This record gives sequence, structure tokens and C-alpha cells, in this order.
Amino acid sequence: MPEINVTPLGAGQDVGRSCILVSIGGKNIMLDCGMHMGYNDDRRFPDFSYITQNGRLTDFLDCVIISHFHLDHCGALPYMSEMVGYDGPIYMTHPTKAICPILLEDFRKITVDKKGETNFFTSQMIKDCMKKVVPLNLHQTVQVDDELEIKAYYAGHVLGAAMVHIKVGSESVVYTVSVNKYAKSHISAWIDKCRPDILISESTYATTIRDSKRCRERDFLKKVHETIERGGKVLIPVFALGRAQELCILLETFWERMNLKAPIYFSTGLTEKANHYYKLFITWTNQKIRKTFVQRNMFEFKHIKAFDRSYADNPGPMVVFATPGMLHAGQSLQIFKKWAGNEKNMVIMPGYCVQGTIGHKILNGQRKLEMEGRATVRLLISFALTKRLIHVGKLLACVFCFHTLQLDVKLQVEYMSFSAHADAKGIMQLIRMAEPRNMLLVHGEAVKMEFLKGKIEQEFSIDCYMPANGETATVTTNPSVPVDISLNLLKREMALGGPLPDPKKPRTMHGTLIMKENSLKLVSSEQALKELGLNEHQLRFTCRVQLQDPHSDPDTLHRIYTHLKSVLKGYTIQHLPDGTVMVESIVIKVSSSAEDTNAKVLLLSWSYQVKHRHCPCSRLSKLGQKHNRLKT
Amino acid sequence: MKLYCLSGHPTLPCNVLKFKSTTIMLDCGLDTTSVLNFLPLPLVHSPRLSKLPGWISKDGTINLEKELKDCAGRVFVDSQPEFCLPERELLDLSTIDVILISNYHCMMALPYITEHTGFTGTVYATEPTLQIGRLLMEEVVNFMERVPKAQSATCWKNKEIQRMLPGPLKDAVDVWTWKRCYSMQEVNSALSKVQLVGYSQKVELFGAVQVSPLSSGYSLGSSNWIIQSHHEKVSYVSGSSLLTTHPQPMDQSSLKNSDVLILTGLTQMPTANPDGMLGEFCSNLAMTIRAGGNVLVPCYSSGVIYDLLECLYQFIESASLGTTPFYFISPVANSSLEFSQIFAEWLCHNKQTKVYLPEPPFPHAELIQTNKLKHYPSIHGDFSSEFRQPCVVFTGHPSLRFGDVVHFMELWGKSSLNTIIFTEPDFSYLDALAPYQPLAMKCVYCPIDTRLNFHQVSKLLKEVQPLHVVCPEQYTQPPLTQSHRSDLMLELQPPPMPYRRCSVLNLPFRRRYERVYILPELANSLVPSEIKPGVSVATVSAVVHSKDNKHTLQHGITEVKVEETADGHILHLQAEDTLIQLEEDGTHIVCDNNEPLRTTLRDLVLRFLQKL
Repeated sequence: MPEINVTPLGAGQDVGRSCILVSIGGKNIMLDCGMHMGYNDDRRFPDFSYITQNGRLTDFLDCVIISHFHLDHCGALPYMSEMVGYDGPIYMTHPTKAICPILLEDFRKITVDKKGETNFFTSQMIKDCMKKVVPLNLHQTVQVDDELEIKAYYAGHVLGAAMVHIKVGSESVVYTVSVNKYAKSHISAWIDKCRPDILISESTYATTIRDSKRCRERDFLKKVHETIERGGKVLIPVFALGRAQELCILLETFWERMNLKAPIYFSTGLTEKANHYYKLFITWTNQKIRKTFVQRNMFEFKHIKAFDRSYADNPGPMVVFATPGMLHAGQSLQIFKKWAGNEKNMVIMPGYCVQGTIGHKILNGQRKLEMEGRATVRLLISFALTKRLIHVGKLLACVFCFHTLQLDVKLQVEYMSFSAHADAKGIMQLIRMAEPRNMLLVHGEAVKMEFLKGKIEQEFSIDCYMPANGETATVTTNPSVPVDISLNLLKREMALGGPLPDPKKPRTMHGTLIMKENSLKLVSSEQALKELGLNEHQLRFTCRVQLQDPHSDPDTLHRIYTHLKSVLKGYTIQHLPDGTVMVESIVIKVSSSAEDTNAKVLLLSWSYQVKHRHCPCSRLSKLGQKHNRLKT
Repeated sequence: MKLYCLSGHPTLPCNVLKFKSTTIMLDCGLDTTSVLNFLPLPLVHSPRLSKLPGWISKDGTINLEKELKDCAGRVFVDSQPEFCLPERELLDLSTIDVILISNYHCMMALPYITEHTGFTGTVYATEPTLQIGRLLMEEVVNFMERVPKAQSATCWKNKEIQRMLPGPLKDAVDVWTWKRCYSMQEVNSALSKVQLVGYSQKVELFGAVQVSPLSSGYSLGSSNWIIQSHHEKVSYVSGSSLLTTHPQPMDQSSLKNSDVLILTGLTQMPTANPDGMLGEFCSNLAMTIRAGGNVLVPCYSSGVIYDLLECLYQFIESASLGTTPFYFISPVANSSLEFSQIFAEWLCHNKQTKVYLPEPPFPHAELIQTNKLKHYPSIHGDFSSEFRQPCVVFTGHPSLRFGDVVHFMELWGKSSLNTIIFTEPDFSYLDALAPYQPLAMKCVYCPIDTRLNFHQVSKLLKEVQPLHVVCPEQYTQPPLTQSHRSDLMLELQPPPMPYRRCSVLNLPFRRRYERVYILPELANSLVPSEIKPGVSVATVSAVVHSKDNKHTLQHGITEVKVEETADGHILHLQAEDTLIQLEEDGTHIVCDNNEPLRTTLRDLVLRFLQKL
């Protein structure tokens, strides 16, 4: 039985470092190649030695597919392709191809230039890696080779995010990142009822069922507004690209409508560029934005200005979007520390936070934070130096001298799941759409996955897998065999069922399957014999019936003939000159035995092909006996 | 398999293909050359046009003063311009299942077909084709509705009268089918039936046929189509280009192994080299501006204009035209320029890489930013106050019968300093200019048609090797005016099958095989025997299930329904119409007089009973 194997190298019962190996129909595909935000050592990249211990991966992988530009899905790509070694095709959508190298370069800068790590990929490696990228268009069927084809669907998670349908013969797998259920509002259809053998889905928000988006938006605006009104500052930690742009649009229109004056800032230099990408790739955003883009490009903001570090100390209310989104490093963390002590302020976490990050801690209600920083001679600037990842610290702590800093969190902490990860409802909807035969969950916490797994198995009665990293889930498939049937044969069978075949009434057909050089042809037996130059094997039956009749042989035959004619209505009966009677294709002969001329032997002969139901043989032989009795 | 040809225009085709059980319309081109028979629609009152004498036949018997006007020695219809529609009588258009659109120029008749024939199917087009097609339709509707004309001339269409009219009106065909422009409402309704597709996307039609668009290299989102089943393949080639302009290059290899290739949309200017024309365009433009004159470029709002602007972007500085204003006037000018920048996936490689930087793919963004190129929805409003001369104006419609261009013709036609440069190949420039004669303005004709020429197409056909080629009859003989140029026609072996308006062609096709799927259980039970090295044979007796044009083979009795009863179960073998009633203390088999089945069932039941 053919089978499909799925092995996560990352994101198996875990969030971050997505990297899933799929082998299907003899092809090996790597889905995503991400890094883990929570680690700074070897564990940050997937363990590629699982694929091969020595050497390059090119021989072992047919292609790599990247679902979207978040680093936990593409962060290990240059490491994999340039340092481990992979020269095959890497597929991603156009927006991903545009934005991914920028984020990789940013990531590299932080790691190498600021943290001083060596043995990391270089700028040149990122460029070389991107040269191996083949851009994907939505719905385009890409033939990776003769057998393997992939097709991308709109996923709506972030700009350029895609679901991929991977198909070899009649086996298929769908891989989807966090599907945004609002994806349906996009002009292109969501996903067809493609009935894949396995649907691999992220399950980051497996247990949350979020209220409507509009409610959340209203709630968000209300909270921001209240804080501004009482003179507080609002910090919104975000990732540079993605939901940040949507929140910007939301605030921008709100400010316009309410005529608010408090400044809105967006940190990091990437933003302007990011907005520019959104402008050029507007066909990948939602329909509302696309519709109005000629009159007013939504990504040209009037109220939102670039942030400068010194603004954080300005008095009065303000709203700041700062990166990164989990408060684990960088500007968002810096601002957080400055504002944490004032209860008038507010931090709104618009997305998921990985365990170990400050974001995760404060969302879990922790009010006193232990901040570790690399100690320097001048304690005064310790704030600036804690810039990069704190929670990784333990390892480094042995090497460097650390000091601990107590931070009281007095500001309000709000959580709003604006991040576009799939929630339970979205996943269930997707299953309903695609109708997979099996489900496989990745990129989520084990406990939550377990919950969703139960729900899926109960509701859809399909098997649901959730392999851990390095574990393989195996699904046996049962593909049907495509065969070319001769049209004559098909039509003949159809004609038997009447002029208009009743689709509910299946028809029986008999044919011969010829297997020759990878081709399978189903033809009628006669055609097969002709094509293969074979002679038909004739199977004949002859049955002897003894009867007493004083007449001569020809007379007996003639009497039988006339008798049959009167009894067997509706059959063609012929009396041939060579002394035989034919009833359809059944031959009847008469011979008399040498000893007793009255004892006649009736020979009935028919071939195997004569269909049983139409065959008058049995009646004939009975007739013979009757005849016999009559005479005697 | 049959092909119904509804349009005689080789570059604005409309054909219907009947293939297996589907009816597919290939393109929906609108022949707009009919508008040349009408008087121009001026934006502001034109004393010249309103004072034209009416036409009365020489013997005075026919008086159509109100409908026909004599202008510069030719007779024009004084009415809202009308278009020549695809043939609607040849077959019942409501039976059309799908319409495949190849590019935005070939969809202009869509509202006539989808709104007024009972059409209930789906239209397939790429996203740029839909968006820009919508703009072009919107533009024409706007041009027409801006200057409403109460009069709708019909008397001249009377066969008896038309016969008496001077040419070219006398020779106009099917004038009774000519129709006025559709409304915006009809456009919206027609376009709501469009389903978007991407290049190389495989679209299943009723399980019988698969269609797939391929990049054709002619315009943004332009496509050729493959229509195929498992064993037959038809390629539909329309408006394709091998030149490197802005769109994604043409996908040629996917056209290979076609049984039939339908070839339309070759260049209308087989003797004009687009590059040479572009050079001529620039030099004439510069010459006129230097002499203090204005340049008028009648054009469509999308397509070649992007290339013209890109060419000018490089040319402006070197020709020191930095201070000359360039105006682009159209109700959809802004939209067209904006839309061109957001279709990165559909552009050539060079333009794609720009988007990754991120920079706008077309340099007209910079021309707009630096105020060198300005766009206006019409000559009214801002334009009238900001307009400086000498200048260059791009505006439509290229037929010179409606749109803002009519105003510029009236304004600039009398001065020999000004130049009109024709770049669109769809209309004969002499016919276009006829109602404006006598003209003092200079006329330059540099038609830029990037579509395949005969040389390129014969090379292409040699490579992709279709078994049969079908094409408009115009391609099977040299053009009338150049009858000695045997290189300006298709010469193929076997010769192409020509079509004309209203032809019905029987395409030479013999379908021999069809795809069926053998279900795994049945496949496992087959016993193949090798009769020759590499050739195995197995006999198959199975049940054929046909659903949605897909056939599957499976084991004999499969349709079994199980019903729960109070005391046990009832099995219903549907195919045999046999009931098996299983209860605690008895089994009852009810069937027709089918001895073998009864025996088999009996044996089975007895065997199970023994086991129990």
C-alpha cells in the first residue's frame, strides 16, 4: 500500500521553527524552514542532520516550499541552502520573495553585528539563497517535475501567505499556515474541495474561538481612546510586517474620524519600506483595500509618523507601534521598560507570545519581572544593553557577569488576538472546505493540540495526527489506478444500459487490460487479441442426448428442426445444407449408432462465449429428453 | 467537435468550440471599426459639424437629411456610434457553458453576450484582463454617455436604401445587427460573471474538459488557452507577442502536441517593425515640439501607452524635452496608471525585480512624481486651467469618433505646426481622419503592433507542431493591397483550415480513448499474466460508474443498502434488485428469477450459519 510520511523537524507540538518533511509518491518536500525565537543556540534551527548526516541536502529533497515571510517559517533558509547545502528549487509567492530577504538580513544584523555571533550566514548567502527561489502565483499549477505538482492558494495570514496543495498522481497533501477565515473576503476563491490525503495545519490558537473581528476592532479602538483621553501612553508591540499595517489603517481612520491630535508613531526603519510593499502588492491584500486603492492608497498614512528613540520620554499621550511583537528584545522592550511603571499607560499585545518572552510573562499576569542584563562598568546604560534577548541569558550568564533588575509592571496589559493565526473555528471551517482524509497538526502547544485533535476526530471522524519533532506520522493511501479505456468499449457498455444511461444504475463491462511500457489500456477482448496478435482460445461444450427414433438421420434432424421452430419462438433457427441445425450459435447434429439404427445420438455443441442467460442449451437438452420420452 | 465562427475580424475574434460535452466561447471581440461610418461626437458644440449638409440621393428620390450628413466628400451617419456585434443567429448562445477571454481588447462584446442571450455560464479571465478590461469598457461608456445624442438613425439601414448609398456605407455588412454602446450597469453585471484565473491554473469544466491559460506576452495578463481532455488537446492562440515589452514572456512550450491549434490575433501591420515605429514616433514628436507645435496621440488608455511612456522617459532628457508638458486625458487615466503598477506577477522579469526593491515597476510613476506627466479625467475641470502649449496629449478614442480626442482635432487641426501621431493599429488612419478634412495638421502614421508576424508564427508552428491549424481566411492569402507578398500569409502542410464570419468547421478529430479509474480493491484482484516480455494482460469484469463525466470501475455488487429493522437487518442489493432479510430466527431471500445469484446467496448464508 502506498503511504505518505510526515516528519516535523520543527514545530512538532511546538510553536516556532516550522520545518516539516513530507514524502509522498517517492518525492520529498520540505515545508517551511524556520527559526525558533526562543533559542539562541543550535536549537534555533531545525535539525537537518535528520535528513542526512553528511553532505548536502539536494539529493534528498525535491523541493522546498515557504508559506510566508515570518522568520519562524523562513529564518533558517539561508543556513539550510548555503551552509548545509541545497541547490534545488525553493518556492514562495512574490510578496514573500520580496520581503523575506529583508527580514533575513535584519535577523542577521541583530545576531552577528549586535550580538557578535560568528558562524552565521552572511549577506551574500542570503542573496545566493534567494537566487534559488522560484516565485509562485496564486492558483498557478507548478510542475516541479513530471510527477510532482504544487498549487498555491490565498491564505490571508500576512501579505503573500499561501496554502499549498502538493500532488503526486492521485495522492495529495495540503499545507496551510495560520489560515485567516476572513481570507474568503479575498476576491480569489479560498480552497477547492480537493480532498487531500492529509491536511497539515498550524494550530497556534487551537483552543481559542475568537469573537468577530469587528468586535475586537471596536474593543481595541475603545481601549486606545480611553488611555489617550486620560493622558496615558499606548504601546503596541508588533512585527514590522503583517497585522501592523491593518492596525495602522484602523487607527488612521479612527483618528481622522474622531479628529484626534495625539501622535501615533511607528518604530523601525523597515516600516516605510513595508508600507511600500503593501502598496505594490495590493492585489494580495483584502478586497476592501483593493477596491479603493486608486482613489486613496490605504498605506499612505497621514497621522502615523516615524518614531525616534527620544520621543519615548516626551510628555503627554501617544500611541507607539514598536517591534518586535513579543517584547523579547529591541525597541518594543526598551519602551516597555520606560513606561511599565506608570499605571496610566497601557500595553496592547496583538498577537501570540512564545514561552520565555516578556510578552508571555506579562500576559500570564506576572507583575514583577526579573530583568537580566549584561553588566558593564557603567550601570547607567544597562538599559540600552539589555536590548537583545534577555530570556536566553542563562547560558551566557556563566560567561558574563550579570546583574538583576527588578521591574514592577504597573501599566495595564491587554491582550487582543489580532494576529492572524488560525483559531479552532478557522481550522474546522477549512476541514469542511477541503474534506481531507486525515488531519495533521503542527505549530502549536501539545496540550492545546490534544484538545483540537479530540474535537476534529469527534466532529469529522477522520484521523488526526500530531507528531513531535523527529517523529513520523504515516498515512496509507489507497489511490485508484487511472486507465485509458477504448471509447468503443465504453460507449458499447453505455449503450447496453439504454440510450440515456441511468447514472444510478451501474453497468457491467467486460474488457481486457493491456499493460505495456507504463501504459494501461482497457479494450474489448476482441481488440486486445487483434492488437497482441493472439488467437482466441475456444472452449466448446458438446452434450450427447440419446433418443430412439426409427427415421433416417436427416429426417430426424428435420423433425427436430420443425419441432424446435414451433417451441423456440424468438430464436433464429436454421437448417443448414451440411446436415446441421443452428439455434443461434448452438450446433445440433444427429448421428445413429452402428448397432442400432433406431438409437440416435443428438449432439448439442456451444462455445463458452454464449451468455448463460440467453442460452437455450438447458432447454434444448431438456427438450431432447422430452422428445425421447415422447418417442418411447 | 465543431467550431462556430461568430466574428470575421481576425484580431477581435469570437469563436465557439463544442468539445466533448462542453460549449466554450473563445473570446468575445467587438468589431469597433463600424464607428468610422459615424460622425464624431464633439465634447463642446461644434459649429462646423452642426452645419453639415444632409444627404439626398442624386436623383432626389431618397431624402435622409436628418440621418446622413455629407462631410468632406463622404457620407456619415449622424447618430450615436454603433458597434458590429458577434453573430448571434448561428447557434443558441444561451447554451454556452463558459467564455474564455484571452486579453482585455478581446472582451469588449461581453455585455452583449452575457446580458441579452440568456447566458448562464461563467467567464474566465486573468485579474489584469478583468481590471483593465473594465477600465476600457468604462471609458467607452463614459465617452458615449457624456455627450448623449437623442437621435438613433435607422432608416439608412433599410436594405433598399442602403443599396443606394455611396461607399463605404453601401458595403457595410450586417448593419441591422449593429448596436449602440452598453450601459455601465450592463458592464458591471457582465463582469460579475468573471471568475479569475492565474497562468497555468487548471480549471475543470464538468469533469470532461480541462482549460488552462498560458502567458501570451502581448499585454498585461494576456493569455492563450489550452483546452484538453486526457487524450485530446486544442490550443487557442490569440494576441501573442515575442517582443520584450512589459508583459510576462509568452509560454510557447505548453502549446506543443496539440491536435488542433486555433490561430487568431496576428499583427495587423505585418510590414511595420514596432521598434522602428517607436523611433519614428519619438523623432516626430521632438520635431513638432521644437517647432512650437502640439502633438496629439490618439490611443487606448492601457497597453502600448505604457511602452510609449517608458520610451519617452528615456527620450525626454536626451531630446531636451524636460520642460514640455505631457498630458494623459481619459476618465480612466489615473486608474490605468495605478493599476499598471500593482500587477507585478504578470510583468516581465526586469519589472518584477524592481518590485522586490521595492520600486514601482513602470517609470511613469517617476514622470508623474516629477510633474512631467499629468493625467486628467477629461478636458473639463482642472485641465482647462493648467493646460500649457506646446504640449503632448495622449487621449482616446483612437477611432477619432468619440472621446476627448475629438476636441483636440477641432482645436489643433487647422494649424500645420501641430502633428497627430497614430500608434494604434486598429483603425485605418485615413478613414479615421475623413470627417476632419481638410486638415492642415501633419499626420504621422506609426502603428505599433507587437503581435506575432507571419515569420514568427511559422517558426512557432514549426516548433510546437500542431496536427491541424485553424485560422481566419485573411491569413491564408496575402493582403489585398500587397498581393505579391507571399510571405505575408500562412503556408503550412497540411494547409490551414480557413474560417470566416458564420463558418461552422468540423474539426478533424477522432477520439479513441477515455480515462477511467480502477478502484484499488478491484485493481488488487486483477490477475495480470505476462504474454510477451513487457506486455501483460488481465481480463476485467467490473461495474462502470459514471458521475460528473468521470468513470470508475469497481467490483460487481457494490450498491448495497443496509436497513435496520426491529428484529435484524435488510440488505438491498440495488443492482440486482434483491432483498435479503436477516433476522434472529430466519433469513429470507427475495429476488427475481436469477438462479445463480440465489444459489450463491444460499451457499453464503449456509456457510455463515455453519460458522455460527
